[in-house]
Amino acid sequence: MANRSLVSITDYSRDKILQILDKAAAFEKNPNQQILNGKVVATLFFEPSTRTRLSFETAVNRLGGRIIGFSDASTTSGTKGETLKDTIIMVSNYADLIVMRNPIEGAARYASEVSSVPVVNAGDGANQHPTQTMLDLYSIKKTQGRLENLKICMVGDLKYGRTVHSLIQAMSHFNPTFSFIAPKELELPEEYKLFCKEHNIPFEEHTELNEANIADADILYMTRVQKERFTDLFEYEKVRNVYTLRNKLLENTKPNLRILHPLPRVNEIDYDVDNNEKAYYFQQAKNGVYARQAVICDLLGL
Amino acid sequence: MEKELKVAALRNGTVIDHIPSEKLFQVITILGLDGVTNQVTFGYNLESKKLGKKAIIKVSDKYLSQDEVNKIAILAPMAKINIIKEYEVAEKMQLQLPDEIIGVIKCKNPKCITNNEPMSTKFRAIDKTKGLFKCHYCERIVEGENVVII
Ligand SMILES: [Zn+2]
Repeated sequence: MANRSLVSITDYSRDKILQILDKAAAFEKNPNQQILNGKVVATLFFEPSTRTRLSFETAVNRLGGRIIGFSDASTTSGTKGETLKDTIIMVSNYADLIVMRNPIEGAARYASEVSSVPVVNAGDGANQHPTQTMLDLYSIKKTQGRLENLKICMVGDLKYGRTVHSLIQAMSHFNPTFSFIAPKELELPEEYKLFCKEHNIPFEEHTELNEANIADADILYMTRVQKERFTDLFEYEKVRNVYTLRNKLLENTKPNLRILHPLPRVNEIDYDVDNNEKAYYFQQAKNGVYARQAVICDLLGL
Repeated sequence: MEKELKVAALRNGTVIDHIPSEKLFQVITILGLDGVTNQVTFGYNLESKKLGKKAIIKVSDKYLSQDEVNKIAILAPMAKINIIKEYEVAEKMQLQLPDEIIGVIKCKNPKCITNNEPMSTKFRAIDKTKGLFKCHYCERIVEGENVVII
């Protein structure tokens, strides 16, 4: 029951990650198959996330599965005072697999414990969003030809950015070097620096996004710097412009460098970067469909 | 012998020794000793080779349950608990921090499912010497000194 769910990226071993990525590559070659014929997948979105929901629903639809669910908390039973447990037990009577987005942290772990069918965590607050991590890994492997021995530069909000934290955990299997570039207010939490030290992962820390700090990067992982994170708006204005990636900054980067971003972006990547061959964020989003097809089929034993 | 002089002798009951001084009042609170009618004596800021300053609690006619012992293990893993009968140590209770702690620690994350659903909390001791606990649900880590006991 619980072990057939994907709640946290740490649920996956190194081998499992590689196995899912191979499966995703097969789906990229042939995304339309009738593997989920006769299966019902529930997409339960207790908070709206159109991007993630469309990606999951595309993944299911292209494999011939059916979808039930809701995309807005106001239509859910939770607003009538029903517990998450009751909702999950009810839905697991109807569906073969549950995809859930919930702003409450740990909701997916709990759902996986009360559900009789596999649960895929599609984001639980600031905690985990493992299929995002799988599509990040897929994008890295696809653009670099490998996951081992890469230098990964992470830029922006490293304090609250859950995609950053999960990617650090997942990449720890592949001997990476990290460079963390963030304003002081949004620097990587101590817990993750400790994690790197414990896993003998070398890392640098910088407070400035400049040519020198990204010169030897293979992957530039950009994240959104959100205004709400700042208590001092003056600080935000200062940081906002410093953390915008522009074409000019990319001139002397390595030829194999690719730029990733979990999207949506606000202004941390200038539009002039979009046509640069190093920009990979839109393709990265497309890869999400294949990664999710791989995760869903794996959980259903298909 | 010198130790015995610092806190009055106990005929029947429990002695909790080697509590770090700063944890004394938390231990008193989680055991509910601030609300009992038993005789309770405690020593505070006593010299200790191991802990620097230690505290000791003696409770008359009270014997701790395993659940209470586990709670002490979370706050003061070095503590020693002796059951006293007729002035003699009748039993030494072993303090063991369980790998999994169900329903004792409250998660400090207000957005955690355990604070939003009628259910038990569950923590894993990820570092027993440092006293680090990880919420099984929201995956946040709390340090022993910041632990809130339910
Ligand atoms: Zn929690």
